[in-house]
Amino acid sequence: MDTTSTTPPQHKPGSKLRKRVADFFVDLYRIGGFTARFFKEAFVAPFELNELIRQCYQVGVRSLPLISLTGFIIGIIFTKQSRPSLMNFGATSWLPSLVSIAILKALAPMVTAIIASGKVGSGIGAELGSMRVTEQIDAMEVSGTNPFKYLVCTRVLATTLTIPLLATYTALIALLGAYLNISANEGISYSAFIGEVFEPIDFIDINQSLAKAIVFGFTIGLVGCYQGYHSNKGTEGVGKAANNAVVIAMFLVFIEEILIVQITGWFR
Amino acid sequence: MEKAKSHIDYNNAVISIRELQKSFGDYHVLRGIDLDIFQGENLVVLGRSGTGKSVLIKLISGLLRPDEGSINVLANDVLTLTDKELQQLRIRIGFSFQNSALYDSMTVRKNLEFPLVRNRKGITRKEINKAVEEVLDGVGLSQAINQMPSELSGGQRKRIGIARTLILNPEIMMYDEPTAGLDPITCIEINDLINEVQQRYHTSSIIITHDLTCAKSTGDRIAMLLDGQFQRVGSFDEIFETNDARVKPFYDYNFIQ
Repeated sequence: MDTTSTTPPQHKPGSKLRKRVADFFVDLYRIGGFTARFFKEAFVAPFELNELIRQCYQVGVRSLPLISLTGFIIGIIFTKQSRPSLMNFGATSWLPSLVSIAILKALAPMVTAIIASGKVGSGIGAELGSMRVTEQIDAMEVSGTNPFKYLVCTRVLATTLTIPLLATYTALIALLGAYLNISANEGISYSAFIGEVFEPIDFIDINQSLAKAIVFGFTIGLVGCYQGYHSNKGTEGVGKAANNAVVIAMFLVFIEEILIVQITGWFR
Repeated sequence: MEKAKSHIDYNNAVISIRELQKSFGDYHVLRGIDLDIFQGENLVVLGRSGTGKSVLIKLISGLLRPDEGSINVLANDVLTLTDKELQQLRIRIGFSFQNSALYDSMTVRKNLEFPLVRNRKGITRKEINKAVEEVLDGVGLSQAINQMPSELSGGQRKRIGIARTLILNPEIMMYDEPTAGLDPITCIEINDLINEVQQRYHTSSIIITHDLTCAKSTGDRIAMLLDGQFQRVGSFDEIFETNDARVKPFYDYNFIQ
């Protein structure tokens, strides 16, 4: 009689956890290498200017309709929701200042980054992932083109350059929404609104917002490219790359938001 | 179409492989391979799926790195080349992928222009158009110039994939499963195209396949990859004059069934 056991081999307790921790550090090492390679190749000739311009256009066009709508609605809703609290203190005249602090300092870069993670980051992850599994990246490599420079550097630079512009646009659209609401309810003039909007904002606030948008843009591009470039396992891998590009980028954006606010706080 | 006589220079090996080994984890794919491919020769690598045929040409083109052994291509030691040198060497090697690997966001014209524009600095628009039209005419698909890859049939995609590599006038061609997934008539057309490329462009080629019709009609020499090594190398008839149970089923399946 065959006495060989048919039960699956028992893993040692904690071996799964150890493997996950090891995988995490391997991933971290690879992301570090990927980032270093970006800095090594992005600023060395030949430059892929045409592709960079095309990617900037793609990033802008992909996100613009949704950012316009979201920015406008955020401006209106934030104003509407803040009004009752300020009314209790008879301070509705502070609405433009309150709205501008919230939008310019926090909401505009954050909302833009979240939308861009979903629209642009996932798009980059899926596009490069699909190119990886259909061997288009290999085809590029064997035809004497550096695919990292052509595909990764251009996309990361495009998100880094374009997302600050989109964040500025989001802020303006949100302020427009806020102005329309305040003007309809409080009857404030445009010039008075603008004056009050920029009154509580200083140079450090603007820089902080721009720095956030640049860092968020870099993160979204880099994570999307990393996930897509290292995609495998066929169509399942493409879906996973797109999904991971969104989830990881959003997580990092929140962490970066805290860090940047903390760091800029030291300069005040 | 009958294969025309090949002009092979047996004193000039364009690819020399020695003691090549490659493993993926515990799976030893290639276990010490020695092979020479001569100037003007079409060498067919036959073998079952998963035996490392595609791995072999990816090693030759530097897409993968071997664990052991040496690869010499056009008098260059592939393993010691810098990234830039490898890029220069790759321009001299054409690689036709199994699923064509056409850039699906570009038209056929853009697919063909892509390697040309990037590797021939100072080329004029007129020269680009001429090269694209010539190479498309060569594969018989002039009418597809403005089509997207998604609008092409499998056979057309293969032809465009081959045209994209030919546009750089490579000295060596590597075909990964050129007839996989195609109907018999299209297979014959692709086989003829491989022979035409050999004659017209004077290329040396490695053809990875498990299609014996393709092997017989395109190969000057066949190398049978079994258990990670070339067990049999020779003409088509020499390869299959055997009772080896690992070899016979190939022939029986292709020509008896």
